[in-house]
Amino acid sequence: MQFGLTESQAFLKDSARKFFAGECPSTEMRRLMETDTAYDAALWSKLTDQGYTGIIFPEAYSGVGLGKVELMLLMEEAGRALLPGPFFSTVVLAGSVLEAVGTPASKEKYLAPICRGEVRATVAILEAGASWNPRDIQLGAANGKLTGEKLFVSDAAIADFLLVVARNGVFVVDSKARGLKISPMSAMDLTRKLYVVELSNTPAEEIGPATALPRAFDVATAALAAELVGGMQRSLEITVEYAKTRKQFGKPIGMFQAVQHQCADMYLETESSRSAVYYAGWALQENSPDAAAAVSVAKMYASDAGRTVGNRGIQIHGGMGFTWENDLHLYYRRAKASETAFGDATYHRERIASMVIDSGSISARGA
Amino acid sequence: MDLNLTAEELTFRDELRTWLASNVPKDWNEWREKPIEESFQYLRAWQQKLHEGRWAAVSWPKEYGGRSATLMQQALFWEEMARVDAPPMANSLGLGLIGPTIIACGTEAQKKRYIPKILSAEEIWCQGFSEPNAGSDLAGLQTEARLDGDHYIVNGQKVWTSYGWVGDWCELVVRTDASAAKHKGLTVILVDMKSPGVEVRPLRQMTGESEFNELFFRDVRVPLENILGKANDGWNVAMSTLMYERGSYGARLHLIFKRYITRLIELSRTIQRNGRPAAEDPLIRQKLAQCSAEIEIMRFNQMRAFSRITATGVPGPEGSIQKLFWSELNQRLQQVAQELLGSYGQLLGGDPRAIDKGIWSYAYLRTRGNTIEAGTSEVQRNIIGHFVLGLPRSY
Repeated sequence: MQFGLTESQAFLKDSARKFFAGECPSTEMRRLMETDTAYDAALWSKLTDQGYTGIIFPEAYSGVGLGKVELMLLMEEAGRALLPGPFFSTVVLAGSVLEAVGTPASKEKYLAPICRGEVRATVAILEAGASWNPRDIQLGAANGKLTGEKLFVSDAAIADFLLVVARNGVFVVDSKARGLKISPMSAMDLTRKLYVVELSNTPAEEIGPATALPRAFDVATAALAAELVGGMQRSLEITVEYAKTRKQFGKPIGMFQAVQHQCADMYLETESSRSAVYYAGWALQENSPDAAAAVSVAKMYASDAGRTVGNRGIQIHGGMGFTWENDLHLYYRRAKASETAFGDATYHRERIASMVIDSGSISARGA
Repeated sequence: MDLNLTAEELTFRDELRTWLASNVPKDWNEWREKPIEESFQYLRAWQQKLHEGRWAAVSWPKEYGGRSATLMQQALFWEEMARVDAPPMANSLGLGLIGPTIIACGTEAQKKRYIPKILSAEEIWCQGFSEPNAGSDLAGLQTEARLDGDHYIVNGQKVWTSYGWVGDWCELVVRTDASAAKHKGLTVILVDMKSPGVEVRPLRQMTGESEFNELFFRDVRVPLENILGKANDGWNVAMSTLMYERGSYGARLHLIFKRYITRLIELSRTIQRNGRPAAEDPLIRQKLAQCSAEIEIMRFNQMRAFSRITATGVPGPEGSIQKLFWSELNQRLQQVAQELLGSYGQLLGGDPRAIDKGIWSYAYLRTRGNTIEAGTSEVQRNIIGHFVLGLPRSY
């Protein structure tokens, strides 16, 4: 049993860190978040060159064919850099939905261009009730046309096509389709933009039933938790650095236990989230019977930890933590958005409860 | 990452499973609730049996009666022991902490003299570290050992000594050079508890039991050949003992916690809350799920830490969070148990209406000790702050 990264996994993580440090430093991240869509074509083509846009998808569809643990590592590093733009929406979310739901033909048509970095995409899920439970979806297709409203759709304005989750299937809608209206929502996270998507008798192509969605959502949920881990890691680094250099009463504030112990808790929360995320990635990759439970364990823990790590980091920074110029609040904003996306801790605790209380156990493999 | 067991791990586990199937005592339940003073002979016999099967100290090197087990195999060992609900071993400090320290720091003569009887539970060991004025600040300890020819004369007091009442030998940390800086003047000596001048008194703890003792030393003569390691190098010897304390202990705890939560879930189906089973109460569900998840994460952290040690030879930073994580988790878990059991949670073992023979009231009180024993949560956070995160020392 080996719960460490293999050499190639460690290499991938390290090169992703270097890539994001070089191509998406804090200055670039801040420049992009001030733009309408936070998308940059040059950065996208570099992500493609790295193979990131096809990371987990089969080579048959121009993907790279790596595993879910590798996806977790990449998302962790993307989260650490607070990578702006539609990478999560396009690759992780739309890509996973296409892989899970699509036919070979629709994968060739929609997934392969994603892998090749030619298109941007997203998935429209939530409606006015903002429920992450697929059973609550109202929107339905009739005669190949969609009518209704989707909310909190990430990166919709930059998407070449949207996957719309309906009561009776998953549909592709072209961004230029008639009756489609996309308007921005004004939300906390400036690096991942959210939109209202209105559909009015909009032509749509069905790519498959909604029954295979939970699997795709599990991959996206775990990846989001991985991204949270990266954000926590960066917040911890920024905070520890500050605690070492900021002096009050003639001493670095990190010498005071009231400060030091908060840093220790940030570390515990970050590392524990990371363990849970890596396990979830492995369980998904292995199709382990506890994969869905492992995803909920990871998202539940990381949702709460992402927020508390941010709380502690800002508090330790004192007034500096409350300024616009400090990056902490940008991570904090992303953490809040990711906390609720794909179910907050309460949602996932109930999902775990339904597994451990209502049916059997979530016993880990290898136990 | 590969969380499947390797061929060697499977072989190890299966051999142990087979052995346990025919050797684990069937009557442990009749003994479990009795005071340890009564069951101690039983636990000695069980350890002797494990020793005969060469299962008493799997982590020890083969030449000293162990199996040179990897950390993962050690974890498997404790998981299997928990799975069949095996009794604990009598000489747990000797096997877990003191034996490994003697193997690492002792002379050949000391190894020959002490190791076999640790394994066979013929000689029970205790540990004299903490003092009334030296707890978290262990290096401030004051028990003194004065040189007198080829002996030390020991005077002082130790506290929180597990197995003191039954101990034949004690790994004792004493001050041998009062003029040296506080970490430098310490020595570890092996003390025969039957020596004149050693007095053992029970220390009654808030649970009502006496797991621990106070030890008093009045002019106790200890031959110099009983120094473990070098004179005035006791801090390093003591630290290597404490390092073993953090070894594979968590693997045992994971299964104990798992048993708690499984039982609580079972109880939640029959306990009524607002006119329906507690298992249907949304708040209880949230709390049980939170505990379940954290128990899983505790295991993931553990496996990551083990893999890191195996790969690099040194404990990785994530190892330092284990103690903090499990001790605080156990407190949260027992609080959830109390919320679920309501008024019944307070009933002690002797009460005919107590649920599960009162284990929940006991566990609730006992967990207060978890964040204190083996390094308080405050000390753990200091360690993480300074040694892991590189923040300046706060004390």
